[in-house]
Amino acid sequence: MIRLEKRPQPSRVWSLITPVFAVLATMVFGGILFAMLGKNPVEAIQTIFYDPLFGEFAFYYRPQLLVKGAPLVLIAIGLSLGFRAGIWNIGAEGQYIMGAICGAAVGLAFYPLEAAYIFPLMILAGALGGWIWAMIPAFLKVRFGTNEILVSLMLVYVAEQMLASVSLGLLKNPQGFGFPGSRNLQQYDSAHNAELITGTGMHWGVVAAFVAVIFAYVLLNRHMLGFHIRLTGEAPRAAKFAGVHPARLILFCLGISGALAGLAGLFEVSGPSGVVSIDFNVGYGFTAIIVAFLGRLHPVGILLAGGLMALTYIGGEIAQSRLGLPSAAIQVFQGMLLFFLLALDLLTNFRIAIRKRGVA
Amino acid sequence: MTVPLLRLQGLTKAYPGVVANNNVSFEIGQGEVHALLGENGAGKSTLVKMIYGLVKPDSGTMELNGTKFAPSEPRQARADGIAMVFQHFSLFDALNVAENIALGMENPPAMRDLASRIREVSETYGLPLDPYRTVGDLSAGERQRVEIIRCLLQDPKLLIMDEPTSVLTPQEVEILFMTLQKLRAEGTSILYISHKLEEIRTLCDHATILRLGQNVGECIPSETSAREMAELMVGSALQTPERSRRTPGEVVLDISGLSVPAPSAFGTPLKNLHMTVRKGEILGIGGVAGNGQDELLGVLSGETLVEPDAIKFEGRKIGALGPNARRGLGVLAAPEERLGHAAAPDMSLTENAMLTGAVREGLENRGFLNWGAAKEFADRIIERFDVRTPGPENAARSLSGGNLQKFVIGREVLQNPQVLVVNQPTWGVDAAAAASIRQSLLDLAADGTAVICISQDLDELMEIADSFAALNEGRLSAPRPTANLTVDEIGLMMGGAHGMEVAHV
Repeated sequence: MIRLEKRPQPSRVWSLITPVFAVLATMVFGGILFAMLGKNPVEAIQTIFYDPLFGEFAFYYRPQLLVKGAPLVLIAIGLSLGFRAGIWNIGAEGQYIMGAICGAAVGLAFYPLEAAYIFPLMILAGALGGWIWAMIPAFLKVRFGTNEILVSLMLVYVAEQMLASVSLGLLKNPQGFGFPGSRNLQQYDSAHNAELITGTGMHWGVVAAFVAVIFAYVLLNRHMLGFHIRLTGEAPRAAKFAGVHPARLILFCLGISGALAGLAGLFEVSGPSGVVSIDFNVGYGFTAIIVAFLGRLHPVGILLAGGLMALTYIGGEIAQSRLGLPSAAIQVFQGMLLFFLLALDLLTNFRIAIRKRGVA
Repeated sequence: MTVPLLRLQGLTKAYPGVVANNNVSFEIGQGEVHALLGENGAGKSTLVKMIYGLVKPDSGTMELNGTKFAPSEPRQARADGIAMVFQHFSLFDALNVAENIALGMENPPAMRDLASRIREVSETYGLPLDPYRTVGDLSAGERQRVEIIRCLLQDPKLLIMDEPTSVLTPQEVEILFMTLQKLRAEGTSILYISHKLEEIRTLCDHATILRLGQNVGECIPSETSAREMAELMVGSALQTPERSRRTPGEVVLDISGLSVPAPSAFGTPLKNLHMTVRKGEILGIGGVAGNGQDELLGVLSGETLVEPDAIKFEGRKIGALGPNARRGLGVLAAPEERLGHAAAPDMSLTENAMLTGAVREGLENRGFLNWGAAKEFADRIIERFDVRTPGPENAARSLSGGNLQKFVIGREVLQNPQVLVVNQPTWGVDAAAAASIRQSLLDLAADGTAVICISQDLDELMEIADSFAALNEGRLSAPRPTANLTVDEIGLMMGGAHGMEVAHV
């Protein structure tokens, strides 16, 4: 009989090697899936994991890795702080949209003025937009005890409607021949979040993501606030005993995750996307939830998970176009990865014991 | 009758890393009240779980009335006439008595019939109980009656009771004992688990003593002194904490007119509390669990904020100060619940040292944490309080209850408090550890700290406290010196029989 025994304390070794096992298991079972679809499994796996990094067209895909990974990491870092404390911001997608709208609006308000202070102002506006959007569930939770999961999630759909509205109205390009969407910020130097080093995909959003990783690491490991966040997540009563003010912590955690999501939106709209349009958001805010858990809510883990997630996205797209794999198969593959990670996570806290049944 | 009701032979049960029961054998006669004595962790619970079918023994046999008995589940044990009253009640607060009892039955009769049967049984055994009262409104003693009646409705041959008196006032204990004696007179056997020796001496016919999973002796309790039994339990001579003569100084903590509404539907509101504690004084606060102990600790630690002038520390109004501001002044607390309240289970001892030590031990500097200093602090606690653990990097949950309790109390004691509030400082702790914790509280008081010890263990309070007050339904009796208090007086302070009717048998 196979039994699970609780470890006296979480195993550090296992918490480090389970992600590796999970990726390997995903490769094996994903390979079986691809084989059943009539594709060469080795080739498919290689296309997803190897080609974007070292393949023939890697010079094109590698920068994409940073472009796709940066918003994921930036948002996931903010979410992870709240998740650690048991505060569930599910609405990063909405905060991402609001950050993009607010940041872009500030930039467009100055058009066509060229000045060095415009981009910093846009960054502030982007962070503020996301922060305000996250403060709505935070305030309602603190004041009326509403559930932040529901409120933040519903506000995503409100934000999407706002996005559609400004794309067709307030921020619509006056010279756009009536098409929805704003002016292209890529063509407005003072507001353009351009590549810092050409051909690398490195833009200010990537820098911000790395800064956020370092900031979160220091906060969680070296600062009282981070200690209180971890304590609240693990033992709320003990946290209160340690002097944590729950309402303040809710405001902080939702606020910081909103601001970081807003920043991600701003960097996206002023850089890779360039335009506020109806289909601006592509789900980074939701995928970041997966990234946060994939990275075990640890800053460095999130950095790696963001990279891995971006890799499967880019690799998945290549596999779709080159091997003709259906996009559903790629999604199943990504789902498998999350599934194995969470399932194997059990081994951090439990060990498997194979024993005979006791004598009756 | 020569055939014993239950005969246990060579029962052994091992868990990974620990042998809970090692070759335990004894017999329970017909109509006998048999005591099972032992410290926490001696294996009492595992043993009765085997009898009740919750745990299967690795080896050994049981015989019930001379026939082989190996229950595979509690239902089967119940069918064979074994009933058990657990230490922790499994009752739903929002349901009434009859509904709660019906929930535990396989084929519950119609509610009206059940209610009349409950009345009938409860009156026969001197445990009056209204089947239609909501359990949330009952006192601990009355809740226990519900559990007992639930058992008696099965007409058991053997009734197992796990520490039944830990939730009762002395008067309520007396009522319970009358019921148990009546049951015995009718031929029901009782397996009585306790570590309260005086109780066992008055009630039980026979006692089996367990230590570290082994049967280390049997005795006739009425012919054995409490001290002899205690030494059998512990396995060595007992060291009684020493209290030096001390004269309390000026008032440090002054609480007047403290009222707090109940934190939840079934919590206890605190009503108009008054007390003062002096330098070097230990104030013992007794009372049955659930009468406001947790709420009082929350108010004193600063987790629950009150009017500023309800609590004064050296003349300063501190009622509205949070836990860390109070720590800064020297008012410290150690809550009852070790895992999850006093300590975070999955965090290391170093992190748990940081939990309350940051302010007074200088473990933080402008919000930045000094983990090196926290580790040193944790090391100091481990060393000074003899906490058995491989090191401060281990998670709190990996420690045994007694060791974690030593850590939690030691963490506060080492911070040189002006006032220390502890709730159930030795709950679930073995005798040696309990003695060392009590000694540390006495030493602290000798150095001039004002100590408030909230406890349900009256013996403990009599041993260390200078004055005694009782919490009863959120009210605090006027504190009195412990020196000349009798058990009866204490019982009355604790609310007497809590309005429970006395047996009419």
